[in-house]
Amino acid sequence: MTKKSPSQTRVVVGMSGGVDSTVAALLLKQQGYDVVGIFMKNWDDTDENGVCTATEDYEDVVRVSNQIGIPYYAVNFEKQYWDRVFTYFLDEYKLGRTPNPDVMCNKEIKFKAFLDHAMALGADYVATGHYARVEERDGKTAMIRAADQNKDQTYFLNQLSQEQVSKVMFPLGDLEKPEVRDIAREHHLATAEKKDSTGICFIGERNFKEFLSTYLPANRGEIRTIDGELKGYHDGLMYYTNGQRQGLGIGGPGGPWFVCGKDLKQNILYVAPGADHPALYSQGLIADHVNWISGSPKERVFHCTAKFRYRQKDRPVTVHVLDDGRIEVVFDELEWAVTPGQSVVLYDFDECLGGGTIATILNQGTDTVLDFTDSASI
Amino acid sequence: MDPIYLDHAATTPIDPEVLQIMVETYQNVVGNPSSIHSFGRQARKIVDDSRHEIAKYIGARSREIVFTSGGTEGDNIAILGTAFANSHRGKHIITTKIEHHGVLKTCAYLESQGFEVDYLDVDQTGRISIDDLKSKLRDDTILVTIMFANNEVGTIQPIRDVAHLLANHQAYFHTDVVQAFGTVDMDVKDTPIDLLSMAGHKIGGPKGIGFIYVRDGLSLQAYTHGGDQERKRRAGTENVPAIAGLARAVEKVGERLHERIQENLHARQIMLETLDAEQVAYKTNGNSEHFLPQVLNLYFPGTRVETLLTKLDLAGVAVSSGSACTAGSVEPSHVLTAMFGKGAPETGSSIRISFGEGMKEERLREAGRIIAASVRDLVNLGKASESM
Repeated sequence: MTKKSPSQTRVVVGMSGGVDSTVAALLLKQQGYDVVGIFMKNWDDTDENGVCTATEDYEDVVRVSNQIGIPYYAVNFEKQYWDRVFTYFLDEYKLGRTPNPDVMCNKEIKFKAFLDHAMALGADYVATGHYARVEERDGKTAMIRAADQNKDQTYFLNQLSQEQVSKVMFPLGDLEKPEVRDIAREHHLATAEKKDSTGICFIGERNFKEFLSTYLPANRGEIRTIDGELKGYHDGLMYYTNGQRQGLGIGGPGGPWFVCGKDLKQNILYVAPGADHPALYSQGLIADHVNWISGSPKERVFHCTAKFRYRQKDRPVTVHVLDDGRIEVVFDELEWAVTPGQSVVLYDFDECLGGGTIATILNQGTDTVLDFTDSASI
Repeated sequence: MDPIYLDHAATTPIDPEVLQIMVETYQNVVGNPSSIHSFGRQARKIVDDSRHEIAKYIGARSREIVFTSGGTEGDNIAILGTAFANSHRGKHIITTKIEHHGVLKTCAYLESQGFEVDYLDVDQTGRISIDDLKSKLRDDTILVTIMFANNEVGTIQPIRDVAHLLANHQAYFHTDVVQAFGTVDMDVKDTPIDLLSMAGHKIGGPKGIGFIYVRDGLSLQAYTHGGDQERKRRAGTENVPAIAGLARAVEKVGERLHERIQENLHARQIMLETLDAEQVAYKTNGNSEHFLPQVLNLYFPGTRVETLLTKLDLAGVAVSSGSACTAGSVEPSHVLTAMFGKGAPETGSSIRISFGEGMKEERLREAGRIIAASVRDLVNLGKASESM
């Protein structure tokens, strides 16, 4: 394939109305690409006052697109988002796990529904304001960590396929976040000082517990220590995640108490005393829904590093690829509060190899089997 | 390639003569029409002459014309003003499901204020039934508001029949003629309409100006309060240059009505011919007998309207889906929903092409070919992803 010149290369940028995607669009425009900005509306978030933050964000997209000099449009993926991301999100909570909707949103919406939409518009690539890089390695497209190690978002992109990453541009991959803000300020972009969005997009600044309770029934149940002692009552297993200390409403001697597991069948929340309690540690995990960005694992058994949650430091692990496609990840050292539902993401130095969803925690430092969520999900 | 503008139902380019009159008025007319000095009288004369010109064209008296800022404000003044001034005679209002939001949301507001509103259904061509209207009409009905012709699909309503039906009823009859004005003969002497609202920018006139016709003797509660302009029915200093421009635009419609109709019918025919020659599958939404020549609403099976509109714009063809947007994304049209039912394929796969003055035949054909190519692309992509 002969490479097209930038001016003949159409890049559709997913614009959220934030500073990152704004600068991504600006940089591409400066490089001479045929840039088209598109705002995705994934969630109807009209509040009780009739104000919709999507409208505010879209207004920002309009302003900065005019500043940059690119055409802008919007596309509605509310239905796709509901079917493929939000339903998954609720299902995972029903299983007592702590899902990561951003991972699913990237896989199903931003780099699928949106990518398809962009291709229908004649795009050669889609671009986003993610902090990540893609480059050709050994005839394949590899996903590489961002230059800004603190902002690196490859964790959330672990489910992308070759097909997807080969059509993606991440213009911010080589920049540090403060540089991005500086570029926005230099060009007087309307979003230069806009606060970064926090939390899950559809929940926003709202109270998480309240939000979840409007969609899922909350079943009160017992809180027990790993030795079986009744410590109190919880509001519903879905509100808790491994390693959680706040909001348990239990005190007394021996604390502080940390969530270390759930028994979904009996609706029991297990807690362990003290952050260093062995029940909070585990030796490995099994993950399903495994994706390899290159298309397949390099070997059946290999050593690499992994993250079990976003912004965590890499841990050395050994990966065993199981016959059914799942992976068993064995930690070099004990790991604290690994949580079912979160992603385990594998790295070979700067390259993100892919990842999966944590299904089972192995060899927690206790005799009590604390997690039935895996059996429930099969 | 220069983009091709085929969205005249949204707004039209200003007529050069209209613009010239406005510029001259801005340059030469200084005064406020309410002032008693010579400058004021000069401005007042322009407003009065313009009002007279407009009244003459629709068969009304000057005092029956009230200048507004456009269609939406006209709808609001006419509907709210009539409802509140006549609520002692009843609180029932009848409208249709396919009105412009300027009417629909005003009616919804009246519902929140204790009025009762019936929304008439339409058939698959977008027409109401007179029998249906008859059956909904009650002794306490005070207002019937039905658009002359629909802005999305162009269907013309049986306005004369409605007007004659209501002639012997206490209910006032308001019609929104915003879309119809440029290509339909309007005469309120012939057709007993009580209230009518129009906007200048749909007929080559200025934006931000329009008028309502209010039949003599009809009581209308004021909606803006202040000075005594417009016989206290719409306070505020008159937009003199825009009023002068509006009068000229209306006058031109009168001079060229039949040419305009023919030109639009011709444009429509060229577009359909081109699509036929390109062998792209489509269906026309609307009524094949009672329709505005400038509005062509087409259903393209297997496309998604949002994608199609974006693709067409990127390819240099400006058309629309005719309906409202939230956060920039296209919501299913309430008009097509009323015609075909909620979730019907037409509601998500139709676009509105609308014609206007001075379009070149070759450019229309070019637009038709681009539309056909874009539709083909999307249909093929859709088929490819289905078979995957």
